[in-house]
Order: sequence, then C-alpha cells, then structure tokens
Amino acid sequence: MYQYDEHDQRLLDQRVAQFRDQMRRHLAGELSADEFRPLRLQNGLYIQRHAPMFRISVPYGHLASRQLRKLAHLARSYDRGYAHFTTRTNVQFNWPKLEDVPEMLAELASVQMHANQTSGNCIRNITADPFAGVAADEVADPRPFAEILRQWATYNPEFAFLPRKFKIAFNSASEDRVVLRVYDIGLDLVRNAAGELGFRVLVGGGLGRTPILGEEIKPFLPWQHLISYCEAILRVYNRWGRRDNLWKARIKILVKALGPEAFAREVEEEWANSKDGPNTITEAELARVSAHFAPPAYESQPAQDAGFDALLAGNKAFATWVKRNVRTHRQPGYAAVVLSLKKTGTAPGDVTAEQMDLIADLADRFSFGEARMLHEQNVALADVRRADLFELWQAARAAGLATPNIGLLTDIICCPGGDFCSLANARSIPIADAIQRRFDDLDYQHDIGEIDLNISGCMNSCGHHHVGHIGILGVDKNDEEWYQVSIGGTQGNGTTLGKVIGPSFALEEVVGVIEKLLETYVELRHEDERFIDTVQRVGTEPFKARVYADRQPQRKAAHV
Amino acid sequence: MSDKIIKNGRVVTDDRLTVSLAEGEAATDIAVPAGPVLVPLAVWQARRDELLARARSGEVGVWLAAGEDVAALADDLALLQVVGLHFPKFTDGRSYSAATLLRTRHGYQGELRAIGQVLRDQFNYMTRCGFDALQPQAERYTDAQLEAAVASIDDFTEPYQRSVKDPLPLFRRVERAAGHEVQP
Repeated sequence: MYQYDEHDQRLLDQRVAQFRDQMRRHLAGELSADEFRPLRLQNGLYIQRHAPMFRISVPYGHLASRQLRKLAHLARSYDRGYAHFTTRTNVQFNWPKLEDVPEMLAELASVQMHANQTSGNCIRNITADPFAGVAADEVADPRPFAEILRQWATYNPEFAFLPRKFKIAFNSASEDRVVLRVYDIGLDLVRNAAGELGFRVLVGGGLGRTPILGEEIKPFLPWQHLISYCEAILRVYNRWGRRDNLWKARIKILVKALGPEAFAREVEEEWANSKDGPNTITEAELARVSAHFAPPAYESQPAQDAGFDALLAGNKAFATWVKRNVRTHRQPGYAAVVLSLKKTGTAPGDVTAEQMDLIADLADRFSFGEARMLHEQNVALADVRRADLFELWQAARAAGLATPNIGLLTDIICCPGGDFCSLANARSIPIADAIQRRFDDLDYQHDIGEIDLNISGCMNSCGHHHVGHIGILGVDKNDEEWYQVSIGGTQGNGTTLGKVIGPSFALEEVVGVIEKLLETYVELRHEDERFIDTVQRVGTEPFKARVYADRQPQRKAAHV
Repeated sequence: MSDKIIKNGRVVTDDRLTVSLAEGEAATDIAVPAGPVLVPLAVWQARRDELLARARSGEVGVWLAAGEDVAALADDLALLQVVGLHFPKFTDGRSYSAATLLRTRHGYQGELRAIGQVLRDQFNYMTRCGFDALQPQAERYTDAQLEAAVASIDDFTEPYQRSVKDPLPLFRRVERAAGHEVQP
C-alpha cells in the first residue's frame, strides 16, 4: 500500500501542529465555538450526543497491520475499548475527550493515518473497490488514481469551504462494489476502443433527504486529466452551488437544476482553461504511485489441494463459511476473505480493540500485513493462501469474526443512530439487534439467501437505506421514534432507490414487518430467485398488502 | 483592537475604507469618500468615468460580493490596483475560486484583498489562492494576535496542490522518491 515519503509526512505533521494550536486557542477562549467548528470538523471531530465523536479516515479502505494496532491502542487509551467501522471506510471513536484529540492525531500521524476532511463541507475520504488488485473482473487498479486524487484533495485551499460535503468514489471492475451512482463524483475506470485507460465520469449522485443517482457527464476522460477535470467540476460547484439552503446545497441539486447536459457544458468550458496544464498527471507520477500497489510476493500454489477439499467435505461449519465469506482471487491458490463484523449481539460495524489486534495478527500471518474495509462495514483480508483458510477460520471464529453471514439477512448495514449521533431521529442499533436476534438461525438465513438490509437513523442516510433491498429509516414524529420501511433498492451496477411501502412503524413493530416481508417472498419466489428478484418481478403491492393487512385504518391515517 | 491588516506577510496600518450600499441606497448617488476606498462593483459600474482617475492612482479599488462573477471586472483589471473579495461568512468559500480565477484566468497583478469575515485560521488557504492582503474585521484581533497569526500563512510549507502561490503541483515541483514497501 501507499507509503509516505518525507513530503506526505511533513504535510501531515504540519496539520497536526496546526490543529493542536487551534485546539489550544479554543480552550483558551480565543477561538469561539462557531469559528472552531469547521476546523474541528475538517479534523474529524464532532460534538455528539454523549461525547465528542472522532472520525478517522482510511483512504480507499486500506489498513496496514500496524495501523490496526494503532487503532486498537487508541480504543484502549482514549476510548472505551472499541471502534466503529463506517460505510465510507472511516473509523469512528464515540467516547474520546475533546482535548485528547490533538494527541490522538499525533499518534495516528506516526503510522501515516489522519482524520483529514472526514467531515465538513469539503472533499471527503475517497473510496474505491475493496477488492482492488485482486478481483478477477478488474479493468485496472484504481488505487494509484485514488491516492493521486487524495493528495490533490488534501488541504486543497480552494475547496475547503464548499456549499456542502463532497464525496468521490472509484469503481474499477465490471461489477460495481462501491455504489458509484450515489457519489458526488463517481469515477468509473474504463478502457476505450483503443485500449487506453480513462474514466467514465458520473456526477450528482447522493442519498440523504433527496436521493438522486449520478448521471454520466463524460463517457471517457483520459487518466492524465483526472485532476484538472475534477478541479473543473469542483470549481463550477464551488461558485454556483446553492448556499442559501443546507438541504439544497449538494452538487446533485445544481446538476438537477441545470440538467446533466448543461452542467457538463459548464464543466467543459471551465476545463478548457486548464486542460493540458500543470495538473496533467505525468507518466512518472502514475508510475511512482503505482509502484506502491504492486502485487505482493505470491507463492506458486497447486491447482488442486486435496487437504483443503477434505476439510470442506468434512466440516460443514467451515464449508458454510467458505461459501459465504470467501471470494475468488485472481491468483491461483489464493482467496479473499471477509471477516464479519455482524455477529448477533454486536452493533454492526463495531469492533473491539482485541479484535483489531487480532485482525492485525491475521493480516500479518495470512495476508501480507494488510486488511481492507468494506462499505458494508466488514473487513477483508485480500490475499490469503487457500491452504491457510482453515487456520484463519479457526482463529477468526474464536474471536467472533467468522459469522458466515456475508450478504445474508443479518449482515446489516447500520449507522450508529440515535444511541450516539446527534443528527439521528431514531435509534438504529436496537432495530439491527432485534432483527439479528429474531433471524439468528443460520439455516433460515441461508434459505432466505442474499438480501441487503440497510438501516439509517435519519435522512442523512449513513446506513444507505435507500439502496437496501429492505431499507429502514428512522423518523421523528412528535418526539417519538418511528421507522419507515422501503423495499426494492439495490446497489451495484443496477443501483436503484427503494420505494417506501407505506406509513411508518413503531420500534417494536419493525421485526414483525420484516417477518411479513420475508414470508411474502418465500411464498411468491421462483426457484433461484433472491428477495430483490421477486420484488422486481411482482412489484411492491403483495408485500404492502401483507404488511398492512391487519393495521387499523385510523392508525394508518395518524402516522402517514 | 487592531485597525491593521496583513499585507504581503507583514502587519501594516491601513486606512482604506470599504464602502457598502445600505438598503435603499443607490449606486448612482452614494457618496464615495475621499482617500483610499473600496467601492462595490455596482458603484464602479455606475460611475466608472467619475472614478477612473482615482482608480488609476490606486485610491479607488473595487470589491466583489461572494456571488458576483469576477468576469465583470475582466476589462478593468489592467487599471485597477486594488480588488477586494468579500467573505460574508468565513465558511462561504466562493471567494477562494474568485481569487484563483482573478489571478490565473484574468492575470490580475494588483493587490487582492480578503474582506469580510476574514479569520487567521484561513490565512494559509487565502494566500495560496492569491490573496496578498488579509483584512480581518477591525474588532476581531488585537495587534499582538495579528502579529502571532502571520506565521499561520506558512502552516503548510510544501502543499500537494498547484495553486496561485505554487504554480506547479507537488509532483512537478519536487523529485519524489519511487514507491517501495516499508515493513512495519
């Protein structure tokens, strides 16, 4: 993975010093809460419901084992022994002390980590395919481009005070694994007819209160122009995006107002001034950064492994885990493993200091010292020898990291919700917990098959409820927690936004609603049809009818 | 409290007045005081001929509100010696792009002054976008605080990006070592 040179390190150290001084002036009363606010946000520091929340950036999800150990150390020394992994490959601490954060930043900087621009109206952490470099369906490795763009975005003086937050993602494979169309800029790595590498550029996607899918504004942008073209998009947005209304300030609203074609023309006009200028990425720079992402030293492995086959045949639990949590790999004899952070009884995405240390150890023993965060709030070890899978499974299982539920009902995407977040309208963790407990039976989960169940505690949609096959959204009605349920959303290539099935539900009703949705599916499904396939075939009506069949009319009216 | 500003990295006394149009006042008949002033774009456009000589001497400069397009001044940039860009709130970032465009696309060489809610924690970003004069609101900082704040202009000594201050991005500015794996 990318290793800092003296320039990267000096910039980060200067940032830590800058924030240390800002915190000092804030505590001394020289920097008011209002003036301090965007400064602390751009260093990852929120003031939350119970305590500050500190959000650390993990660029494109890559974590070295020593970085995981540092996170474990921070969890133990400054927090309550655990951290939360988010849908945007950030790591959150929920209980740090405000005045400790500069020291936490200094500790992070010692392992080339930071909390740069993880909040605030600036360019946020950039995400990419978690299986970059190992996926069989990859066009090219997105990580060098993500790193080059990370450097351009980091402490960028022109774009630190945008109308609203700004998120960029890279897809690099035939299957979209980053939900590209919900990003402010989605960069789809493609080759043109001549075999040259470039990007299909999407713009204006986003979830939140007004979910909109990104639209293509450029079918092919040669890679050399990545920075200059993104700069043109950001400049058009920074100048002309709305600032009068927080809820209409994302770039998606500007793109919608102008129309994608007119927006594209604005960008082209702006870009014409800087195209082929100094921001053109050089072959040398791409080569320099790409060298950091060279494949690890794979060993040659036999095509067949009788010992492994015997373990699969003889151990049902292991075989189930391999089926659900292990992915194919480009390199013969290797596999990518997903460690589940979705064990029933644990808040989705929460990981203890001991587990982080263990993942670091597993990464060192089995996967060249690296782990990767997935937007589904799990962790992958991307380069594991097939021959090591059994040993890895045993170690992971002992630590509660081997629940064989990847892609299944209990692999829930869930934001921290009202238990922690001051933006939330409702709690989300108790919903996830109730669903996991009700449907804990693995045979049932495997019978239901692949299903994405996503929960957000408010319209900010950190839990990506819009793109869940089943989406649950916490809403506030007269200071009470209610939950709106949608179905039919999908992520991936055919990303679609789910449709709300009707009036919302009380917390204790939600599990029953999920049960009815699943019953309806089981009755209507054709063979080999996933939940989402059935919804797409029969529509939402049969599901609605079942869920609302025994609800009283006046009650419906009261909670529309 | 200070009536000083930072100009080219030094704290200096400044007596330039910023003229604003209050509600109900018209650009055509508002009084433009004698001495160094910054006038709103609307006043400049309405009374260009009248103010031209004072502009050439540097006494009259023009300031743009955050939403105003810098292209409106394009034809006058050769004669103007002072242009102000306003920050209605320090979190309103439009004037960073405006400054960048004035300096690059329009080649403006004169004084470019940040006015409005100008805070020391943005000095680094402002100077990198081409501001050479930073005018915090008079009541915000003491002289001593302003002196102390000058150092923050250099918070980042070798930034990643190309900007007005650094015409080349880091990868063209310095020789960077080739990537190699460092074991933990």
